[in-house]
Amino acid sequence: MNYALICGAEIHVELATKSKMFCGCKNDPFHAEKPNIYTCPVCLGLPGALPVPNKKAIEDCILIGLALGCTIAKVSKFDRKHYFYPDLPKGYQISQYDQPFCVGGQVETSFGPVQITRVHLEEDTAKLHHETLSVGAESARAVSLIDFNRSSVPLVEIVTEPDIHSAEQAKEFLKKVRDIIRGLGVSDCDMEKGTMRLEANISLAPVGEDPGVPPSLPPYKVEVKNINSFRFFAHALEYEKVRQGEILDKGETPLQQTLGWREAEGKTVVQRTKEGSADYRYFPDPDIPPIVISRQWVADIAKRLPELQSTKIDSLISMGIVESAAKIIVNNQVMMDYLEHVKILNPKYIQSAAKDMVNKKIDYKKLTPTDYIKNIESKNSEKITDPAVLTPLITKILQSNPQETPLNFLIGQLMKATSGKADPQVASKLITDLIN
Amino acid sequence: MIEKSIIELHELIKSGLLKPETLIDEVYENIAKYNDKYNAYITIRDKKDVLADLAMASDKKTSLLYGIPYSMKDAYLTKDVRTTAASAILEDFIPPYSATVYKKLQSAGALLIGKANLDAWGHGASTENNDFGPTKNPWDDSRVAGGSSGGSAAAIASSMCKFSIGEDTGGSIRNPSAWTNTTGLKVTYGRVSRYGAIAYASSFDTIGPMGGSAQDLAIILETIAGVDPYDATSSPEPVPNYLQGQTLKVGNLTIGMPKEMYSHGLDPEIKSSIEEATVEFKKIGVKVVDVSLPIAEIALAAYYLIAPSESSSNLARYDGMRYGKGRELFTTENIRRIMIGTYALSSGYYDAYYRKAQKVRTLLIQKYEDAFKKCDVLLMPVNPGMPPKFGQLVNDPIQNMLADIYTTSINQVGVPSLALPAGFSKSGLPIGMQLVGQKFAESTILNLGHKYQSVTHWHTRKPKL
Repeated sequence: MNYALICGAEIHVELATKSKMFCGCKNDPFHAEKPNIYTCPVCLGLPGALPVPNKKAIEDCILIGLALGCTIAKVSKFDRKHYFYPDLPKGYQISQYDQPFCVGGQVETSFGPVQITRVHLEEDTAKLHHETLSVGAESARAVSLIDFNRSSVPLVEIVTEPDIHSAEQAKEFLKKVRDIIRGLGVSDCDMEKGTMRLEANISLAPVGEDPGVPPSLPPYKVEVKNINSFRFFAHALEYEKVRQGEILDKGETPLQQTLGWREAEGKTVVQRTKEGSADYRYFPDPDIPPIVISRQWVADIAKRLPELQSTKIDSLISMGIVESAAKIIVNNQVMMDYLEHVKILNPKYIQSAAKDMVNKKIDYKKLTPTDYIKNIESKNSEKITDPAVLTPLITKILQSNPQETPLNFLIGQLMKATSGKADPQVASKLITDLIN
Repeated sequence: MIEKSIIELHELIKSGLLKPETLIDEVYENIAKYNDKYNAYITIRDKKDVLADLAMASDKKTSLLYGIPYSMKDAYLTKDVRTTAASAILEDFIPPYSATVYKKLQSAGALLIGKANLDAWGHGASTENNDFGPTKNPWDDSRVAGGSSGGSAAAIASSMCKFSIGEDTGGSIRNPSAWTNTTGLKVTYGRVSRYGAIAYASSFDTIGPMGGSAQDLAIILETIAGVDPYDATSSPEPVPNYLQGQTLKVGNLTIGMPKEMYSHGLDPEIKSSIEEATVEFKKIGVKVVDVSLPIAEIALAAYYLIAPSESSSNLARYDGMRYGKGRELFTTENIRRIMIGTYALSSGYYDAYYRKAQKVRTLLIQKYEDAFKKCDVLLMPVNPGMPPKFGQLVNDPIQNMLADIYTTSINQVGVPSLALPAGFSKSGLPIGMQLVGQKFAESTILNLGHKYQSVTHWHTRKPKL
């Protein structure tokens, strides 16, 4: 049976603010000289400690929301999400539940748009290190250690609708989101360090007979965590498509599970099986008053929006440059400047300049835009007018087109044979003469 | 000496007639005599540490609180001084940092003597629900001192400190104040920083002073109040001069008597004592009118959903992975409130319980606003009855909750309330009343309380120990 892949992504991005989300501790877990040096009562969750939200982190979160085309809430709040885990010192994570800062955005991909459900702000957990230690004469033993340098670092979560339908689309979408956030300068989005982390919610739906009817949302969903590259994300999608397809073919429903992706083995492994959804007992954090977001504040934050990559790509496409070329050019400031120059000199050569740079037909670092245009124009002026050259070509064309054929078609064939260099007036006269 | 007012003590110290060391000696002598009997303190600081603090404070002699010995409910983090919340879970917890309120009192030159007993994590109204033994009432040691700030109230009543910092979530300052003939202030939510106060129910918790008179409390409040960058819920509202506020005339004020608060269930002796107090208020020129505040039962129901909900969340950090002690050490009352709160926040029940209780809270705010249209201050009982005998409340969870019937709505509305002595029962037990003000009107109720205490002498009576 044929199945459509249905995937929604959850993207976590650690913000590069100076201080942590709810305290004044330094936010720099990856360059810390040793564990537990950037800590205080608040991020250690000590009795009596209270969170005070970081305004810069809120602004960065709203900025990401704006860049992803979201609507910004007028009133937002923080909620407590409860679960027990050693890396969560308060027994709850401060997150956002039903009033996130940003909702309802969209990111275009060449396979169709991916809707952004929400963008919210929360605190990161501490980091567990599972190690083998021997202290003094003691024999080595396995221990779990906690590093709180990362505890309460601001974390933005971007959640999408289940609009991703292929591994290729996933890669394109994720890269685009990463590029947008990097362009804002609010996070380095480094997958290796873990400042960008991915999760996929994957299910399959049988494809109906009418291709116009989109598949309905399946009654189950498999969550895949621990994906630390775009390529692995794509691999996980491909793997799950096969695995879930086989289960569905047997007439069964895949279990509602949380899986981990193991790239080395090229497969997902079960982390935990859920019986219904987890109950986090969300409720508004009484330690943090609701946050009123004035439109003026949003406008001030929006001033930090650079012209986005996607906007630049769209603008190149509108100038007639093919999308694949536009994507290469947009990442190369020299090419961008070159095109800008060409546009000023003579906009009709933009397409060819783009094509020639991307295909490496010209050395754009040496050839000036002025010389480039001069070269094209002089090449164009070198028309073939010599009947001795053209007549044998025309004869050949007429032989392969014995039936009556429109003149323009024959001229077109000649142009093709001469790479457009035949002088149309001379050619027209020669063809007419030869037919007659 | 310790029975004198803070201003009197300050004048004596300033003039050299009283050495702060003498005051400290007196307090430690009282502790030696009475603490075993009343169990007001969980932790008593070494006297030499207190004297070292006094030496450190030599530059603070102009402060009214310089050299004044005080205690704190053991719910405040005090750096290097054990802090337990009266729970075995924190039996060995030595805080690495100090609560804002403790720092403020340190910089005013006040001297912390010890950490006072309470119901573990603030869960209770009798200081029986804990792991360090019950606090006994200095007026009758077969009775409870009230709670949850019972240790603070008993320490003041038995002269084991001059004042104390209590914590009021649903009556925890006012209830023991009323049952021990002391004066206690529940402040407006946000008036005093909560940073470093072990949370019971974060949206109700308030930090307030307890002591011998409204005048003493004015001095303490001025020291501890104000916005704190470490507490997002603390208010930027300016802190007035409360002591100066007590020199203002009260003739323009109107006291409202909510009739519902004096109906069935209230001990007739408490009712008549408060009625007598209104006579005194009228004598000093205050107008007294009847108002309506039909809320007691719904307020109690909402309180006992919201407070346990928040508490179940606040206590999640004592997960057995930290602080060296496990969750099995929560008391029966703790477990009851954690379970109620966990249930109320669970998906599928949230709307029916937590959200509905929040709607009641909005309703309460409206009802109080309506009442305050007719008066400046409300006069109400604090407790429905006299301090119970031991075991009466701890063995009857519903009675334990009903003890809070006149107090919890005030925390939900967030307004301030001053509990002060209003007389004694025929059997010689103290009776309290509360003056409830509008938000940030501490100045008004402290002034009214001070005027009342200037013409009455209930608050100067001390128990025979």
